Amino acid sequence: MENHVFSVQHALKVRIFRKSRDFVLSVNPCLVVFALTIVVWLSPISTVSAQEETAEEKGMRIALAASESNDGFGDFSAELTMLIRDRRGGESTRQMRFKVLEVPDDGDKSLFVFDHPRDVKGTALLTHAHINAPDDQWMYLPALKKVKRISASERSGSFMGSEFAYEDMRAGEVAEYTYKYLRDEPCGELTCTVIEQYPLDEKSGYSKKVIWQDTEELRSWKMELYDRKDSHLKTLTFASYKQYLDMYWRAEEQTMENHLTGASTVLKWTEFEFGSNLDESEFTQTALRRIR
Amino acid sequence: MRYSVAFALLGFIGATCAVAQTFDVTSEISLQGRWYPESPAFLEQSSSNFGMVAKTTLHLEITSKSSFTFTPLYRYDNADSQRTHGDVREAYFLMYGDWRNNSWELQLGQASVYWGVAELYNLVDVVNQVDLVEHPRNRPKLGQPMVHLTVAGDWGIAESFLLPYHRKRTFPGPAGRLRSRFPISENASYEHKDGERHMDVAFRYSNSVGPYDFGLSMFIGTNREPAFLAFQQPEPTTHQTLTLQPHYEQMEQFGVDVQLTTSVLLYKLEAIQRRGTRNLFGEEENYHAVILGTEHTVFNLFNSAASLTVLAEWLYDARGSRATTVWTNDLFLSGFLSFNDVAGTELVAGLLADLEYDYRSLNLEFKRRLSDSWTFRLESIVNLSSDPADITYDGRKDSFLGIDFTFGF
Repeated sequence: MENHVFSVQHALKVRIFRKSRDFVLSVNPCLVVFALTIVVWLSPISTVSAQEETAEEKGMRIALAASESNDGFGDFSAELTMLIRDRRGGESTRQMRFKVLEVPDDGDKSLFVFDHPRDVKGTALLTHAHINAPDDQWMYLPALKKVKRISASERSGSFMGSEFAYEDMRAGEVAEYTYKYLRDEPCGELTCTVIEQYPLDEKSGYSKKVIWQDTEELRSWKMELYDRKDSHLKTLTFASYKQYLDMYWRAEEQTMENHLTGASTVLKWTEFEFGSNLDESEFTQTALRRIR
Repeated sequence: MRYSVAFALLGFIGATCAVAQTFDVTSEISLQGRWYPESPAFLEQSSSNFGMVAKTTLHLEITSKSSFTFTPLYRYDNADSQRTHGDVREAYFLMYGDWRNNSWELQLGQASVYWGVAELYNLVDVVNQVDLVEHPRNRPKLGQPMVHLTVAGDWGIAESFLLPYHRKRTFPGPAGRLRSRFPISENASYEHKDGERHMDVAFRYSNSVGPYDFGLSMFIGTNREPAFLAFQQPEPTTHQTLTLQPHYEQMEQFGVDVQLTTSVLLYKLEAIQRRGTRNLFGEEENYHAVILGTEHTVFNLFNSAASLTVLAEWLYDARGSRATTVWTNDLFLSGFLSFNDVAGTELVAGLLADLEYDYRSLNLEFKRRLSDSWTFRLESIVNLSSDPADITYDGRKDSFLGIDFTFGF
């Protein structure tokens, strides 16, 4: 960091000095002294401006602030309904239950249990997420009573045939991305910070996400998802935010639109329950076998 | 059977007496048909069969940490009377809780467990009897009476089983396809004097360490897989004069199953050492058997939501031609295509090849949701070649096409 400041200052000085040398050749030496004085006088200011955070640092700071505002929720459970519309207008719904346990200094432990359609009823997905390491994931197949470990490194696959990928259904950690601040702009009645998020995971299906997050409560309102070819593939919008435990905001409705196919998925969250003191033993393989 | 009904009844009465908090019933009725295009190898065999399967699961939550589950199943088959049968798949109490830093779970009653990591066949999975009349390859399980205690912690999962009753394997009757040339007697004999009441014990330790999931298992008791004693038919009703009578021996089996999950591939291993059972020639032979497998999934196939899983498994039995199972030195290649569409369309294709005998078979399956309640499934197993020296030879004419419509409610 100090090196960085030094080099900027140095470059600045050299540039001004070169200019003043041009002066030396044609103009009064007093001016050189004057110019040098200005340089000395200017340099603390230029140092200040160089110390001002970069767009990347600002983006990271905003992401961290949003993440911290969500820290400490402990656990929550909810019910989800997915309304899937394919490109031909065919519709189907998926119903599932979700619960998650916050794990300090690591990724969260979470569990999806599918209730609908009937032929997948009782199927469950247990994830032990890790930061910048592959998640551990187990699938429970009720017809066979089989718990199967599956490879979780491929996060770009479709979740239950919806427009949401596995990685969209997963609460990412700040350290899994780099960021860049773009601008502030009005979004509805609020002001939104617009940042870009770049995944560090090479297996992510996205090259970047552009995120609109309001400045007051740090809630995400819109994300534009760019595929690996850097074209705008999907847009995720958030609606009906509610606050729980006077702290934690959750959107009751998320809509994912695929611009390439015209398909879309609406994800509705209901029955949010915070602070039920979920135990780690509910996120194990033995618990998975008990799933109903 | 009487024993298991008693078990089931006991459980059911107990549960209904208790004050249930929640009560949940899920049912399924399925209409099925199978066609065998080739004329049968044995005279009495039918060339098609139709039937129905009804299955319901009743789940009562007694307290937040105890429940009762009851799952009866009934199958009617128009052609094979042996295939018409009922079973209590599940009738058990379950309770669980925490003990210091560990959690425990007690399952009491009739239930099934799944051990192993391979897809085609699980060598280590020996707790439940196979309900063979249901399907020739999928190995559906008969409910097994058990006391099943699980203790789990950071150190892994330890499970102990007391298995007080042995269920006999089901076999197709004379009119059924996919059977041996000799009729199989409904009577069975046991090596141990306690017969079906012999108390079997089993133990399994499993854990997940990094990318490894492994299990060590042990089973001591009555073998689920019978040996056969040949008898002269007292009243020969067919041109066959011999009847085979299942004979269940005492065995000890030690098993290990491991799966290594990497970002690209899954690697699977199952291995057993079995002692105390007879080979195909009636001699007692201790042996080992192994399954090695690997699996890979491609997501977003051709930029769509579809995913394709391909797997290869090699099954080996050290007894070779003396083996009592068909998996002696066989290779199984399979592809599973999941379209991930609104209808949940799935397509499975597999090739099984015996590396020692000239036996090859192809299996195909297509599954799709018709509505929220109806599912359609098409299935076929085709024998591509058969070898008179192999024990699969009696099923050489039994390639079939099966269709089923399942209604869930």
